[in-house]
Amino acid sequence: MIKDWLGHYHSHHDSLVARLSAELKLGVALVIIAGTVLVPPGWVAWFAGAGLVLGLAAIFSGIPPLFILKRLAWLSPLVLSVALVNAMQPAARGSWVIVAVRSTLCLLTVILVSNTTPFSRILRVLQRVRVPGLLITTIALMHRYLFVLAAEAERMARARASRTFVRDRRARWQTLSTVVGRLFVRASERAERIYDAMCARGWK
Amino acid sequence: MHIPDGFIDAKTAVTTAALAAAGVGLALRQVRRSLPRRRVPLLGLAAAFLFAAQMVNFPVYGGTSGHLVGGVLVAALLGPSAAIVVLTTVLIVQCFLFADGGVLALGANIFNMGIVGAAGGCGIYRLVSGALPGPRGRVAAVAFAGWCSTVLASVFCAGELACSGTVAWPAAFTAMAGTHMLIGVGEGLIGALAYLAIQRVRPDLVGDACEPEQPRLWSEFARYGLLVAVGVALFVAPFACSWPDGLERVAADLGFEHKAQPLALPIPAAGYQAPGVRWAAGATALAGAAGAIVVFGLAVLLARSLVPGNERDREPTKP
Repeated sequence: MIKDWLGHYHSHHDSLVARLSAELKLGVALVIIAGTVLVPPGWVAWFAGAGLVLGLAAIFSGIPPLFILKRLAWLSPLVLSVALVNAMQPAARGSWVIVAVRSTLCLLTVILVSNTTPFSRILRVLQRVRVPGLLITTIALMHRYLFVLAAEAERMARARASRTFVRDRRARWQTLSTVVGRLFVRASERAERIYDAMCARGWK
Repeated sequence: MHIPDGFIDAKTAVTTAALAAAGVGLALRQVRRSLPRRRVPLLGLAAAFLFAAQMVNFPVYGGTSGHLVGGVLVAALLGPSAAIVVLTTVLIVQCFLFADGGVLALGANIFNMGIVGAAGGCGIYRLVSGALPGPRGRVAAVAFAGWCSTVLASVFCAGELACSGTVAWPAAFTAMAGTHMLIGVGEGLIGALAYLAIQRVRPDLVGDACEPEQPRLWSEFARYGLLVAVGVALFVAPFACSWPDGLERVAADLGFEHKAQPLALPIPAAGYQAPGVRWAAGATALAGAAGAIVVFGLAVLLARSLVPGNERDREPTKP
């Protein structure tokens, strides 16, 4: 279930796209995203070209097509709702098509890059472009403990659900928020242990 | 509320990125100066906590469920600067790892949810908990600030979308603010309940944790306040004058509206909207103001029902 929710393609697979360097992939992705957002709506050739490049990348990335489609669908509610709001505005009816095309292309780009590049490589690129060290440390720690705490939250919620047989919504909110509060306490206790471990390994 | 790529144009992306960079830079400097080294890993763990807490689903009605967003909860526990760093981390990871929120829109998302949502929410939290002292006041403050920060962030989000010409302002404002006024009730309620749970288990983690930085506090808020004010001037104020005000209405009724000065600022798509939609935006603003008062009252009542009044009765109990 946790894998469904996080929806990340985690197997250490090997493919043509995965072997490219992280700098190259992030650079190309940034160019595609910036271009797609900035070019005027009339440049159909750009959108078609970006779509072609992304399609080829998707084929050579070795990611199952169904997975990519699922991720796109999971991330699209906002796109669809804005399209709906726009469709009700008579004058803006044409423009939401271009908004939908743009955001779909950008989403596809990020999905492809993030699923073919280990996160530590992305962090190293961020470090090279001078993102402050404190932020990098925080991001690295978050990424390391994301899955640990998510699994912990799931276990706690399941344990609570198997012990609390009430239909009363008020009582369920109370117990679930206790789970959330307890999760923060556990996170902060873990942070203290991590600090000791970091010091023991020579963190300055 | 994560804005994807393609929804905001170049000028909005650059402006929000500059504002976000300034805010995050200030926050990092403040954290480096005042946070004890022992608590540095807590920033990363708090970010992971926010992510994990979103997996706990609260049943709302029928089959629907909601979850905590938690910016204000973290801000109340760690202080505004640390909260900005935590929220920025969460948004960066969501953007690069899960494609949730756009790369070029990252600045806008950090500004809306990190700086306006968390630092602004923390300001409201400090104001209310200053006015209503004690644990009861703090719970009420978390609930009220949670609602306010959700609504405020959604208003900025609507302003940025309108500024980019993606959605017309009245439609964006009505839809975003209206929806988030409801979502914010859940956010405030869960935040307050979770805060109370932490207060019961580890009273040392809440309340007085941020007291040592009290003397510097208002200068710290002043800087974030300045950034938020610039944001208001750029993204919200230009549209506010397109709301039908009373004078304009009277002028139209009396038939001398042609004598009125044209509006100083060109309003994108202002001519397209049906009058009903324009009125809806004004009504939403009014409902927001009334809603704030109602929610404040509810927050105080909630705190009163949850926290026993007598300080001596309040013993740390194991859940």
